[in-house]
Amino acid sequence: MTTASGKTQRMIEARVWRGTPEGGELVSYSVPNRDSQTILDVVTYIQHRLDPALSYRFACRVGMCGSCAMTINGAPRWTCRTHVDKVVKNGKVVIEPLANLPVVKDLVTDMAPFFAKWQRAEGRFAPTADRKAPAAVIDPASPQRLAASAGIECINCAVCYAACDVVRWKPDYLGPAALNRAWTLQNDVRDGAQDSRLRAVAGDAGCHNCHSHQSCMAACPNALNPTESIAGLKRLAARAILRGAL
Amino acid sequence: MTALETRLWLLQRVTALVMAPLVVVHLAVIVYAVQSGLSAEEILSRTRGSVFWALFYGVFVLAAAAHGSIGLRGVLREATGLSPPAVGLLAAAFAGVVTALGLRAVYAVVIG
Repeated sequence: MTTASGKTQRMIEARVWRGTPEGGELVSYSVPNRDSQTILDVVTYIQHRLDPALSYRFACRVGMCGSCAMTINGAPRWTCRTHVDKVVKNGKVVIEPLANLPVVKDLVTDMAPFFAKWQRAEGRFAPTADRKAPAAVIDPASPQRLAASAGIECINCAVCYAACDVVRWKPDYLGPAALNRAWTLQNDVRDGAQDSRLRAVAGDAGCHNCHSHQSCMAACPNALNPTESIAGLKRLAARAILRGAL
Repeated sequence: MTALETRLWLLQRVTALVMAPLVVVHLAVIVYAVQSGLSAEEILSRTRGSVFWALFYGVFVLAAAAHGSIGLRGVLREATGLSPPAVGLLAAAFAGVVTALGLRAVYAVVIG
């Protein structure tokens, strides 16, 4: 393609999955290759210029909201922070919806099962003090706080969940994100639901299913290590059972 | 049952810990027996009536049966569509067969 300034415009062949829960196929689009372009930019260009019926999801565009994850060349990624230069090979890229989640349409998946598992893992803070109580004093260097802080920056993007082999094999498995969240709460000294949460994550669909493949860690856009968090939960459960507390 | 998964996980790790040194000794004994060309009679003359080898391989068999069947349970749960009770039954049956065959072999080597 030739631009207005007379230069030759490099193009990307983006093969995008189009379809519904009943099925779909990859459709090719030709998108101009620009500087500092992200995969989200490519998808946005397709919807704005080539096919307004393309469905996808995004919000913040800056790697905070966790909405825009898709499968890029077979691997789950956050598309707003995935540069085209990093993933386009020989001018080609394949863009599909996240794995391990039901498709709604095109690149949009239904996140409901993912968040339902956060609830099943009791991935919510259970306060032990009311608003009149003085603020808790927590040493930032204490082992528990360090463990919580190591896993706290999760943006709920489901990239780890889509990367997890065990979720694929055993769809009931709570998955790396929910278990990582549970681990951060088990290390929060202000939380008051730790016994109940440990029972929730040590059950049939819980932490013991993890094979430590570390796909979640490799795929996490925020460089978290859910495998380590899950190993921590296994240790907590083992200690609890030896104490007779599980 | 919440505690079952944790109990099995713990049992599999403990049996792995138990087996690690046993495997090393087992392999060393095989290499020793083959290298020095011991005949079956010579091997049996050393193992028959030995409390040490009875305990060594008795513990080995029990640990292997528990460890392997817990692993098999996980594989069956992930790789087949079998119901959890069916998987539990198959894994338990596997543990039973391994224990029976293993202890039969220990009996043959130590007592005859």
